[in-house]
Amino acid sequence: MKKIRVALAGQPNVGKSSIINSVTGARLHVGNFSGVTVEKKEVFIERGDYEIEIIDLPGIYSLNAYTPEEHVAKKYLYEEDYDLIVNVVDANTLARNLIFTMQLMDMQKKMILVVNMIDEVEKQGGSIDKGKLEELLGIPVILTSAKEHRGVDEIIDQIVATHESDKPKNKLYYDQRIEEQIDKIVKVLHKSPHFKDPEYARFIAIRLLDRDEDIYKIIHDLPIFIELHELLGKIYRELELEYDEESTSDILSDERYALSKALVMEAVKKPEVKVSLTDRLDRLLIHPVFGLPIFLFFMWLLFQLTFEVGSIPMDMIDAAFTEISNVVKATLPDGAVQSVLADGVIPAVGSIIMFLPNILILFLGINLLEQTGYMARTAFLLDGFMKKFGLQGKAFIPLVSGFGCTVPAYMAARTLKNPTDRIITMLVLGFMSCSARLPVYVLLIGAFFPTAHAGNILFIIYISGAILGLIVAKILRTVLFKGEPEPFVMEMPPYRFPSMKALGMELWIKTKLFIKKAGTFIAGASMIIWFLSSYPHSGTIEESYTRKIEAVQSEEAKAALENEMAAKALENSYLGRIGKTIEPFFSPIGFDWRMSVAVVAGLAAKEVVVSTLATLYAVGDADERSNTLIQRLRDNVTFKAAIAMIVIIMIYSPCIAAMSTFWAEVPQWAWRGFYLVYPNVLAWLMAFGIYRLLDMMGY
Amino acid sequence: MKPITACKIGCEGVIVRIRAKEPIKGRLFSLGLAKGSRVRILDHTLAKQTWEIESDGTKIALRDEEAESIFIEPKECAA
Repeated sequence: MKKIRVALAGQPNVGKSSIINSVTGARLHVGNFSGVTVEKKEVFIERGDYEIEIIDLPGIYSLNAYTPEEHVAKKYLYEEDYDLIVNVVDANTLARNLIFTMQLMDMQKKMILVVNMIDEVEKQGGSIDKGKLEELLGIPVILTSAKEHRGVDEIIDQIVATHESDKPKNKLYYDQRIEEQIDKIVKVLHKSPHFKDPEYARFIAIRLLDRDEDIYKIIHDLPIFIELHELLGKIYRELELEYDEESTSDILSDERYALSKALVMEAVKKPEVKVSLTDRLDRLLIHPVFGLPIFLFFMWLLFQLTFEVGSIPMDMIDAAFTEISNVVKATLPDGAVQSVLADGVIPAVGSIIMFLPNILILFLGINLLEQTGYMARTAFLLDGFMKKFGLQGKAFIPLVSGFGCTVPAYMAARTLKNPTDRIITMLVLGFMSCSARLPVYVLLIGAFFPTAHAGNILFIIYISGAILGLIVAKILRTVLFKGEPEPFVMEMPPYRFPSMKALGMELWIKTKLFIKKAGTFIAGASMIIWFLSSYPHSGTIEESYTRKIEAVQSEEAKAALENEMAAKALENSYLGRIGKTIEPFFSPIGFDWRMSVAVVAGLAAKEVVVSTLATLYAVGDADERSNTLIQRLRDNVTFKAAIAMIVIIMIYSPCIAAMSTFWAEVPQWAWRGFYLVYPNVLAWLMAFGIYRLLDMMGY
Repeated sequence: MKPITACKIGCEGVIVRIRAKEPIKGRLFSLGLAKGSRVRILDHTLAKQTWEIESDGTKIALRDEEAESIFIEPKECAA
């Protein structure tokens, strides 16, 4: 079977993904572009003798790439091997889209133009003359509406037809004065064996006039570079003088702009300008006064849904996994295999799956915000405030998500296109206390504060985390990333009803990626913690306690002894020994070895802090409402140490699932290393300061 | 000729000059903001730090620094 590879390119918000999703009989494959965390969607379709592979490139506004996604798309277009380009454009904003189309046409590859969302133009009484566009551009044009499944399958037929035809490739001519200069550059390029192909040489020449740095790098190492460099300098000066422009790139832009305006004038009957739904919605949603309260209400709603609805299946999942683990315990013979399954692997897998409902709801909400076009509005509303702290308006979404769970919050940071803004946001995200830390706070507040103030104290903890995050962001921006946050220029797409199919697809993909990514890592890491807390078995401890337990009569005394045995075994385990080793490190902030171990175990998952404290203070299976554990804490832990512990929990590294997500999202080793160290150092210093301060105040 | 930030909501005009440097200039251009494009000021935040403008069906949000670099010749000013 013959193969046709198709690059699907277009500006953001033109509905490329919905086209891909609505092609009949397509197999979807999702992966990453090599070396980057940019999602790569491929679709395979069989048609006649051909297997057609369509690669959905990230949205790209122009070949003068700007965001990481755009660089990925550009790199693919420049370097990869494909047979033709399908360029998707939005019928509503054809003039602007066609500018990019012209840049693509300069590549002189076989090309098809897909004019999407034609239904929206026609509904408003406008129309587009397909024949005229084909005639003027010299490439096949298809009018489509992915929403109404109109023209989508035609694209596939046209791909085959265009691939088979040997019609001469289209060529776009610029102004005579520019063409003369292009010829001069091509002549020099022909001297190099790399640019013998006249079409490729012409493309390179145009890109050089467009001041494309990536192309400049290619010619930089060639023997013809000196001659070319001199020629280019001369041409730049001449053209800039002739056209009275600052750069030849501007001249080409103006040319393309004029051409696309002329094209639209010829081929498009514009719809009457009416006040659109978007305009009416925007009048309310980004109102200078009401915009913010409305936004805060949406956020509040999202978190209510995430945690109220998300917690319903959470308990069921937890119960189900406990049940599975009990069944394993009952069926398998006692021993290491039973223990590693029932106490190690199954609870670990359960702890991942447990987060899934929250994550799906949060992601559904965030996807809805994004696909309806509201996300762009929140960035607009909050950019001014966030900028004061060196963050971007869009950073607000992941930061707020961080109060729920840090894992999806890291992933939500993907909406930040600028790498610096993204890394700063991700570095302070951990200070937004996630829901898993709540049990720890509840326990410590219950033990050391009067009940009447509990709510306020909890609120103070969450707010100080958020404030600390903003302050640290500001410091990171001034110390490590000198200069202003990146400029904020973004398209505000019209409000659209999201396609349910696309939404479901996104959700399914997210689910799979989440289970695959976090799953392999958290399962492994939890097994290590399990192993460290269960081994080595000390025969002597068990023996002596078994004898003692047999000796006593009352059930109460037996339970107490069993708890004591568990605590002794834990103290003797590798984890206990580690605790003893690290104790000196934590003693300046008033921790004993038990608290030290609990805090370290909390790196696996924050809930583990409570269960570890319970085990270590020998009260067995206690939850955070356990009065005995609270009593033990009051007896063993000082007030100032408890406060220090709250501070540590607030600031130090999040759980392993979150850390592995960070690693998966951030490829640079320097940042990974920094991320592992700085929150812990900061946490210790803050805890130390507050501990000493309280000490001086006489607590 | 005046910068966008000197205009009121509802103002319309034609861009006569863009002072922004690359790559912002290129970005503005690929969103349809170029010499000769017609723009309308749609909205700004309370503190006028962020602006929303429209050109040929595309709505664009930008900060005051960027908005300041776009100069228009105002044509109609409702409001």
